[in-house]
Amino acid sequence: MNVGQGASKIKLSVENASKSYDTRSGPLLAIEDFSMQVSDGEFVCVVGPSGCGKTTLLWSMAGLHSLSGGRITLDGEPVSGPHPQIGMVFQEANLLPWRNLTRNILLPSEIKRQKPDQQWIDHLLERVGLGGFGNKFPRELSGGMQQRASIVRALSFNPSVLLMDEPFGALDAFTRDEMNLLVEEIWLETRKTIVFITHNIAEAVFLSDRVYVMSARPGRLAKVFDIAYPRPRSLDMMATKELFDLVNEIKAEIEHRPAGPARPAARQNAGAAHG
Amino acid sequence: MVDKELGDKIPTFDRAGGAQLDQSVSITNWSAFMGRSGTRKIGEIIAIILVAVVIIGGAEALLRGLAVPYYVMPPPSAIAVALYTDFEFIWPHLLHTLAELSAGYAVGAVVGLLLAAVITQFPFVEKIVAPYILMLVTMPMLALVPLLILRFGFGYEPRIIAVALASGPMVMINSATGFRRVDLAKIALARSFGASTMQIFLKIRVPMALPMIIVGLMIGAIFGLLTAVGAEMVGGGFGLGNRLTTFSSMIQMPQFFAVILILSLLGILIYVVFFLVGKKWASWQA
Ligand SMILES: Nc1ncnc2c1ncn2[C@@H]1O[C@H](COP(=O)(O)OP(=O)(O)OP(=O)(O)O)[C@@H](O)[C@H]1O
Ligand SMILES: [Mg+2]
Repeated sequence: MNVGQGASKIKLSVENASKSYDTRSGPLLAIEDFSMQVSDGEFVCVVGPSGCGKTTLLWSMAGLHSLSGGRITLDGEPVSGPHPQIGMVFQEANLLPWRNLTRNILLPSEIKRQKPDQQWIDHLLERVGLGGFGNKFPRELSGGMQQRASIVRALSFNPSVLLMDEPFGALDAFTRDEMNLLVEEIWLETRKTIVFITHNIAEAVFLSDRVYVMSARPGRLAKVFDIAYPRPRSLDMMATKELFDLVNEIKAEIEHRPAGPARPAARQNAGAAHG
Repeated sequence: MVDKELGDKIPTFDRAGGAQLDQSVSITNWSAFMGRSGTRKIGEIIAIILVAVVIIGGAEALLRGLAVPYYVMPPPSAIAVALYTDFEFIWPHLLHTLAELSAGYAVGAVVGLLLAAVITQFPFVEKIVAPYILMLVTMPMLALVPLLILRFGFGYEPRIIAVALASGPMVMINSATGFRRVDLAKIALARSFGASTMQIFLKIRVPMALPMIIVGLMIGAIFGLLTAVGAEMVGGGFGLGNRLTTFSSMIQMPQFFAVILILSLLGILIYVVFFLVGKKWASWQA
């Protein structure tokens, strides 16, 4: 699957994953036969319509719930529960409102009973522009600041994999652009393996090396797009025709309509589509 | 943010149309009365004093003007005098009442809290015991006092038991409501860092339940006080409740109302203490 990734080693692998929930009206198939491979240090995005099972997929990767079929491995080992090498950024910032910023960020170390790497944490806080906000409570921070704090929290114990679930879904367009730049910078600096979920296709294309498109529920793998733009990327890239066409092609894939007739140019895009 | 918008529309006793929303667990808007450390305006203080003077002075004037007999309703000044001159005789009884309240409440609150914490972890158990808990909450514990006196005599025991029985279920039912507030995302957050069940309980569930626990503890304490006084009125020669029956049977109405005044002040004190505790420990809750 990871064409063009050379021989770099597979970090995270999802193999024929299926997950059904028991609901009052019977079993509900959320994802079906989904496979993806992420190499060490890669940045991939998963896009798909609302309710298609993106969160389900990510929670399975994080070991927060078990699969009904298939398996997920991290460094070759099956993921059977929360893993110390995985940091999770949740759909809402999910800060604990009764803790100030500092104590929110120390939560992982506290739970793991590890001595926090204060130097690293301070560096991260400076990096995301939250230096000096340690005493603030979540309600005193803007949505963007809260989400930055939750990224710092996920990185605080220096995991090798970062799973991000629509972290910027609730932010306005400007803040979102800012955050995307920040995430890329952090990724370029730390080279974590990142799986990033979004329903914003432009965001996915801007951020990732590869975009996995999920179909509507039950979430199956619809298509994979390699995004070959050079790094670091700039917001100017978002204004190009090439990118516009690529985004449209991905959108067409999600909406199950042929991209062809209305926009013939959409077929010739920079990203090599395969899947 | 939403709160601020609402604050503009909901009339509050705050200044500036709720620009500073009260973020405590208080049932009524006490902050308006208590003020925020040094921010209350002179005008507000004058208004509070003025209203008190008008109400108390008005009552005084009315009762004296209409020549209402002391045994019906003594004027405020007579109550104040009685409170001052008889306080040395009343105050040992106050200590008895406080002792019963503390002992019974300590037992009731601890048992209520523990039960709430345990039961809410097991929805199945909760479903089965829920009707009995509801029964305990609604049962008038005072009605049991004569029975308890038959069994334990006229000492402290029946009162302490009654206080525990009255406060425990109140603490329990409110705390249980708090513990039941599961936020799956927050629990998942803790689990993603490898938290154990105990860590999730201590670091997520307890803090989330805390505002409701504080409300439960306050209601439990007030119910405990009422029950202690009620139990004292049923039998036994000591306690503020006993003073109430004694003074009223001797038609010492100023003394009677002095005791009532002390009891109200006690209730207010309980409220204020828990208000401050809530402000300190549960102010995060919008
Ligand atoms: N715990 C659960 N029990 C039962 N059904 C669930 C549960 N969690 C999710 N589902 C269902 O599974 C499907 C996929 O949900 P999921 O949250 O993974 O979607 P999503 O792609 O993350 O959606 P969104 O973009 O809105 O966040 C939905 O239909 C949802 O109703
Ligand atoms: Mg989701």
